[in-house]
Amino acid sequence: MARVLVGVKRVIDYAVKVRVKPDKTGVVTQGVKHSMNPFDEIAVEEAVKMKEKKLATEVIAVSVGPAQSAEVIRTAMAMGADRGVHVEVPQAEYELLQPIHISKILAKLALDEKADLVILGKQAIDDDANQTAQMTAAVLNWPQGTFCNKIEKTDAGLTITREIDGGLETIKTKIPAVLSADLRLNTPRYATLPNIMKAKKKPLKKVTAKDLGIDTTPRIDIISVEDPPVRQAGATVADVDALVAKLKEGGHI
Amino acid sequence: MWKLKSLKSPVQTIVLRRLSVGDSRLSQKHDSKKSPVKQNESFMANIFRRSFVPKQVFPYPDVLSLEEKESTGSLIDPFERFFSDINDAAKSDQAGKTDEKTLSALWELGAFAIQVPENFGGLGLNNTQYGRLCEIVGANDLALGITIGAHQSIGFKGILLYGTPEQKEKYLPKVSTERVYAAFALTEPSSGSDAGSIRSRAVKSADQKYYVLNGSKIWISNGGIADIMTVFAQTEIVDPKTGEKKDKVTAFIVERSFGGVTNGAPEKKMGIRASNTTEVYFEDVKIPIENILGEEGGGFKVAMNILNNGRFGMGATLSGTMQKCIEIATSHANSRVQFGQKLKNYGSIQEKLAQMSILQYATESMAFTISQNMDGGSQDYHLEAAISKIYASENAWYVCDEAIQILGGMGFMVETGLERVLRDLRIFRIFEGTNDILRLFVALTGIQFAGSHLKELQSAFKNPATNLGLIFKEASKRAASKVGLGGSDLSSHVAPELQPYAKQTAECIDLFGQTVEELLLRYNKNIVNEQIILNQLANAAIDIYAMVVTQSRSSRALQLDLPSAQHELNLTKALTIQASERAIKNLKNATSSHNRDLTEKMSTIAQTVCEKNGVYSTGVIDI
Repeated sequence: MARVLVGVKRVIDYAVKVRVKPDKTGVVTQGVKHSMNPFDEIAVEEAVKMKEKKLATEVIAVSVGPAQSAEVIRTAMAMGADRGVHVEVPQAEYELLQPIHISKILAKLALDEKADLVILGKQAIDDDANQTAQMTAAVLNWPQGTFCNKIEKTDAGLTITREIDGGLETIKTKIPAVLSADLRLNTPRYATLPNIMKAKKKPLKKVTAKDLGIDTTPRIDIISVEDPPVRQAGATVADVDALVAKLKEGGHI
Repeated sequence: MWKLKSLKSPVQTIVLRRLSVGDSRLSQKHDSKKSPVKQNESFMANIFRRSFVPKQVFPYPDVLSLEEKESTGSLIDPFERFFSDINDAAKSDQAGKTDEKTLSALWELGAFAIQVPENFGGLGLNNTQYGRLCEIVGANDLALGITIGAHQSIGFKGILLYGTPEQKEKYLPKVSTERVYAAFALTEPSSGSDAGSIRSRAVKSADQKYYVLNGSKIWISNGGIADIMTVFAQTEIVDPKTGEKKDKVTAFIVERSFGGVTNGAPEKKMGIRASNTTEVYFEDVKIPIENILGEEGGGFKVAMNILNNGRFGMGATLSGTMQKCIEIATSHANSRVQFGQKLKNYGSIQEKLAQMSILQYATESMAFTISQNMDGGSQDYHLEAAISKIYASENAWYVCDEAIQILGGMGFMVETGLERVLRDLRIFRIFEGTNDILRLFVALTGIQFAGSHLKELQSAFKNPATNLGLIFKEASKRAASKVGLGGSDLSSHVAPELQPYAKQTAECIDLFGQTVEELLLRYNKNIVNEQIILNQLANAAIDIYAMVVTQSRSSRALQLDLPSAQHELNLTKALTIQASERAIKNLKNATSSHNRDLTEKMSTIAQTVCEKNGVYSTGVIDI
């Protein structure tokens, strides 16, 4: 095994309360704290661990997005990735970018960089799409191991424990392969300050989707972004009987 | 220029000793015949001599490159995460120490060598970037801040500032990555503010290869955990010209492994309990000659410059502390309901929150003016650094105290966390130069600078023909300020809507220069004995600096169209109203006969109290 490509997405920080823009074209991003998608942190951690165990020789962090996306590549490099590739997409275009575009970009880069493994977060916490890893595997026609709970190297390839509804599933796969990281795969390390400073010196290549020959023409229009409906006020009931009566009345039981 | 030697009073000697090393340019002679020396760029020093040198304050400094801003930005998140996820200030306070696991994480994070160059294992950050991280420390854990600060802001700072290439090579990697703690050992039982009077002594061996150090130090932060210390001791220096032997302080890098270095038990303290403070004893410690730090006999200068250099960090740290106190108080005011209203709707609470915000804004503005002046290569920041230390430590105390008041009974409870902060804050008015000594330092440093200028004027008048330019310039400056036109004009430097406020400040600055001159004419060099007047002068200087830096910063905010610009302008305006009134009052008092009466009374009362060992009055009900 040689090279691992890791996808990192810059998203609104998990602790931020997201607000919809007054014109309903999207959510407010200006002046809002952003950070690396938490599942991508797990993916980076796994790749770096592989490198530490000498299972990988090089870790490349890739981000697709506007200029600020370089920040999360730097973070990935501070965590231990060796170099970065930033596929720069203008903000306006980025808002309409879909997993299908990202997966084509990642697939192209995986081939260009001669990656043996692509590790992605299982989903991003902004759009919650949970499609990119699967689509990337399809574009590449590589095997996929999604929702990884544990990744072990075996002679023929990898043994992967997956999180599925109601339990765990163990599968074997050959490499090259595309994997997606679930929450319990590992605990990502903190980027230390010296490593952040050192990361500034690691190479970060900038390309455009056009350079890669990927068509990112939007296939969708955003018609309206709405706040979720405000939750109706609850009521206190006197006893169990009253509760049951209320539930029947609402047609819930 | 006055002869410093003629001053006999001990405190003056201390202060003047300090200021004579603080900044060589402050005491330089201005001889018009010699080629022009680089002008002192300190805004504050210059207003003592009625000259207006805006360079360091207008426009608000902005020294970080885009890349430096970006990289500093990327450090903030992990640094904050350490405090939110790993560190527990309350637990450390109770235990009287920070546990090993936390310290280990802090070492790993790189927080112990923020300003050490990268090639020695540090982060290589400048003062401004360091200051930004200090704010985070201050907001979260002051005791841990002392552990970190005693290590790098004073412990090994001497090696950074004065170390030889060999000393740097040998020690900087140790204190940066090898988890070796450093400490700064100056204070002794008989030598607190008067640092020149230390008794520890180092005697050179017969073969001239090492010194033997004996003595003891007290209240040394990290004293029990440091393996590398910057130690100050008396050494016998022979004047090469006269052959006269004289005791002078020399700084040494001392390793615990040299042998003979021991320490006492950790002191029990009011605050910063989690930081380690001990006595340190030196018994026949053999220090190799190559471990002299700076020049032999130049130790006092080393000590003062280390302290001067690190002082701005306190302002940054405490502005973070104030920010946190305001946050806690605000969240309480926003949610607590009494008499059917949220606290935020009551004028008494509003006044407190506003005042707290004003003081935080000014403290932060000072700290980052100074750090950026330093990063811009200025050597003339010592006066400002002293002002910011006084301002930050006193206002942080005030802000924390008021936050407790807003929270009422809740604020008094340990669980809220503010009582710990208040205890921790108390030491900041005492250590690294007590505020009392620093006030004298501010006033006397400035007066000395002004005095040298007057001397220069006097000699110019002796030979008017060749010095006409200087005399005319001075004459017109004087005429202008007498008729109230104002010698100082801030109008071109501040936002249009700050103009009336800038004018108030300019009036203070003019009165300040006039007052200094008047005091010098009245007292001449005896001004050094008038501590109460010197304090009034220092307080006016502090207020003036606060006005100037906030006007500069908020003007910048407006210029950049920052979302907070209007708020910042309001903070500045309110501050100017308060500070200008106070400054004028202090300056008028400094020369008024009415105030003279008061200071004489105060002095007599104090003498009586001392004679009687305390309160002296007949029992109020005659028993």
